[in-house]
Amino acid sequence: MASEISKKKLEHDRLAKQNLLKVTESLYDQFKEGIIPNIVMPSRTKKNIEYNDESDVWVYGGRESERSSKTVKGAFQLLKTTHTIDFLLSNHLSQNRGSTLRELYYISENWDVAKFKEQPESDRLIEDLEIITNLQREYFHMRPEEDGATMFGPIRIHEETKRGDRIIHCQEDIGESGYQIPFNVENINFVDHDANFIIAIETGGMYARLIENGFDEKYNAILVHLKGQPARSTRRLIKRMNEELGIPVAVFTDGDPWSYRIYASIAYGAIKSAHLSEFMATPAAKFIGVQPTDIVEYELSTDKLTDKDISALRSELSDPRFETDYWNEQINLQLEIQKKAEQQAFAGKGLDFVTDIYLPDRLSDIGII
Amino acid sequence: MSTLIAEELAKNQKAISVAEFFEKNRQILGFDSGPRSLITTIKEAVDNSLDSCEDAQILPNILVHVQRISKDHVIVTIEDNGPGIVKEQIPKVFAKLLYGSRFHSLKQSRGQQGIGISAAVLYSQLTSGQPTKIISKIGAHSPAHYYELMINTRTNEPEIFKDEEIDWDRNQGTRIELEMEASYVKGRRQSVYEYLKSTAVVTPHARITLIEPDGNEIVFERATDKLPKQAQEILPHPHGIELGTLMRMLRYTERKKLGAFLRYSFSKIGLFTAEEICKASGLDFDIDPHDIDRNQAKKILEAFKKVKIMSPPTDCLSPIGEELIYKGLQKEFDVDFIATATRSPSVYSGNPFVIEVGIAYGGRLQKDDRVDISRFANRVPLLYQQGACVTTRAIESIRWKQYGLNQPGGGLPIGPVILLVHVASTNVPFTSESKDAIAEIPAIQNETELALKEIARKLNRFLKRQGTLKKRREKEIIITKVLPKMAEKLANTLEKPVPDISPVVAKIMGNVHIDSSADKHETGEINVRIKINNHGSKSFEFDIHQLLPYEIKRASPEPKVVSVGDQYDYIWPVKINPGNSKALTYTLELIDENDENKLGNIIVEGMEQELVTGAKCVKGV
Repeated sequence: MASEISKKKLEHDRLAKQNLLKVTESLYDQFKEGIIPNIVMPSRTKKNIEYNDESDVWVYGGRESERSSKTVKGAFQLLKTTHTIDFLLSNHLSQNRGSTLRELYYISENWDVAKFKEQPESDRLIEDLEIITNLQREYFHMRPEEDGATMFGPIRIHEETKRGDRIIHCQEDIGESGYQIPFNVENINFVDHDANFIIAIETGGMYARLIENGFDEKYNAILVHLKGQPARSTRRLIKRMNEELGIPVAVFTDGDPWSYRIYASIAYGAIKSAHLSEFMATPAAKFIGVQPTDIVEYELSTDKLTDKDISALRSELSDPRFETDYWNEQINLQLEIQKKAEQQAFAGKGLDFVTDIYLPDRLSDIGII
Repeated sequence: MSTLIAEELAKNQKAISVAEFFEKNRQILGFDSGPRSLITTIKEAVDNSLDSCEDAQILPNILVHVQRISKDHVIVTIEDNGPGIVKEQIPKVFAKLLYGSRFHSLKQSRGQQGIGISAAVLYSQLTSGQPTKIISKIGAHSPAHYYELMINTRTNEPEIFKDEEIDWDRNQGTRIELEMEASYVKGRRQSVYEYLKSTAVVTPHARITLIEPDGNEIVFERATDKLPKQAQEILPHPHGIELGTLMRMLRYTERKKLGAFLRYSFSKIGLFTAEEICKASGLDFDIDPHDIDRNQAKKILEAFKKVKIMSPPTDCLSPIGEELIYKGLQKEFDVDFIATATRSPSVYSGNPFVIEVGIAYGGRLQKDDRVDISRFANRVPLLYQQGACVTTRAIESIRWKQYGLNQPGGGLPIGPVILLVHVASTNVPFTSESKDAIAEIPAIQNETELALKEIARKLNRFLKRQGTLKKRREKEIIITKVLPKMAEKLANTLEKPVPDISPVVAKIMGNVHIDSSADKHETGEINVRIKINNHGSKSFEFDIHQLLPYEIKRASPEPKVVSVGDQYDYIWPVKINPGNSKALTYTLELIDENDENKLGNIIVEGMEQELVTGAKCVKGV
């Protein structure tokens, strides 16, 4: 199994080198031909994502944006791109090393005028390269800063770590906080499981509540803590469990526009990384709540929507991912009542309310139990 | 019954002294808050000082000193080097309301009604209980007079507490010291500092020194030694005179005949015009003006409108002038661009007026705020009620977008801009007695708009030039800082030679690109190809020179040849349209290998070097 993974790794490196070199060559040739150097790529906006019938996820459409050295901004972007590619080729791929996104930002300190002004800029550039080369950043040996998301439930996995292979049962072999999901989940294989469904949970408080109430044991559920907007590895692991093991997925978040986006990024794919949708999105994932109708029905304690919340909701109304009757109704209801609620607001009904009543009701509503 | 009540009421009815009236209505004169009372006091005193200095043709030196004596009490001192005031006049000038020399005169001056400084004295005595202290001296050899004065509010007459001759180490001038309830504020438009700064802008011939309560001294230095042209007094102009005024003039004139009355009581009425007016009003030229009744006066008024009368003379006005406004803005603000304009005089209801404007752009002015407006009436800054002023209305009605400034949602435009508007007139039509805003007179608004558009066009030209320069600078960055590094990095990564970036540079700069290449044949012949690309936006005509020690063959097109010493200068005249390319080719036969290096450089004649990439340019030979 180990050699299989390393064989895969060699193939990945070869692909990465080849595709990165292609970008460099094309820029070089443009100089030779007297063409103003430029790179054309899909534009990464809400307007340019479309539904893919085959994979059931949202991917980039045909709109393109151009990075051209006609403008100062574009020229600097391309200069930074050439530096980054050179760094990835000569330091990462040919020396079999890697660095984090944050490290890349610091490494650029030595690049004179090509250095990044802030980390989001280098993060975006790596995403651009993913899109241009059609490869994920792991191929370039780029790691995210932290993973940190955890899961808890009746599943036994095999993880290949740098210190050797481990077999871990995610209820029995771990502490109270759960199994830590590594940043590269391709190193995980599933051994066996006893799970009926997966619940992906936005907040740590609710995740701990479900563990404390023994929800995982009672319903044979795998609990995944999303820690806000979920990391790629978390989304990828959910997708793998869903596809490879056929376990249904439900998403449980706060009841505000930002949480709906968390659900959308799991189920449909994220706008900023729609190039990875087919790799990471779980189209079968169902939304539990908190729904605006729950706020009304259960009379949950609420906060008033802020101006930012309202404009986020409005923007979701024009987001193709939310163009369904269900979301239209929920979002319009929320705009009408001008309220939002956290998932922990259920505590107002008693500590067991969420596990004894709300979740079983909602899970049977959406056909999971 | 009703008569009884009326009689009862009549017992309590009595005349109110002007002073008593203002005591109860001080907000009318601009004494409604602590900060404002101080500004109004300083404003009235400084106005008087500047007016008197200019009357006496003296370059003004003015000192304003504010001391804080308790939380909400200050002592304010204003001193000038003006002509001084004769002893007998001092009490009346400072301690009698509505006493002044300017109320009845028709010429442009800062103060008009003679209320200003005595109102400050009144306010001072009301809030501090202290008399106002005045020193005035009319010449080096005259004594200085010291007075302590209050106003008797029942009689509106001065009350003199002290009247002495003292030693004063000045040649001449006036000094007034008032204690009052007031506060000194900083950092906003309505402040003493801003008021004096604005005054300094439109009075560049004055030096004004301000000592703030904390001891900080600020000098607004003068920018010119030229005094403004003196405004002349004029007679009233027939246009815009009111019936009551006309009747009063008729009753009190010394003239015995209507014709003479018209000729000598109004400006721009000569013998011929006077006859015309009499004819039009159906009145006899020789009738005694004292006998004219209300109906006849009305007819004269109508005749004023029918008969063609020349516009009022404008020498009663004293505009600041484009040059001095420019200097004023330049000395008080550190900016990138200034434009000013003075319109020719115009008339509203018989009152001549002149609009002057200035614009200052850039520097450290706030970029994202609405523009600052500096309004002036007869050189006096207007600090309050900006929104109610005709000048603001004029600014808002201009579509600034056309001139390069943003104006989101209408209203005032946004940008690092100060707009200065000066309305000079024998009678500035204020909306109220506190003289904060100028009334919406269409003629004034129209003139202001025309003046603003004049300077806005200049601003627009400046901004466009800046825009092109900025684009040019950005392109320079791309071609000098970015592209060479990018080419080097790419070559480095690919382990290939560094590519020639000049074709790309020419394209980005919109230049004419000239590129020559040589192919060596087995026969020893060399085929040379000179390629010319015009990436610019217009067509160019120039000559291409190639200096060679050899004769060339099979040239296409055929060049002119001039022999220069032992070399040949081959000249191709080229005319090339934007976006087009041309090629010149020829063949050389080399005698030996080393001569390859002698392939001369290409020289372009008749183009600016900055428009050409890939070849040297020379001016006409």
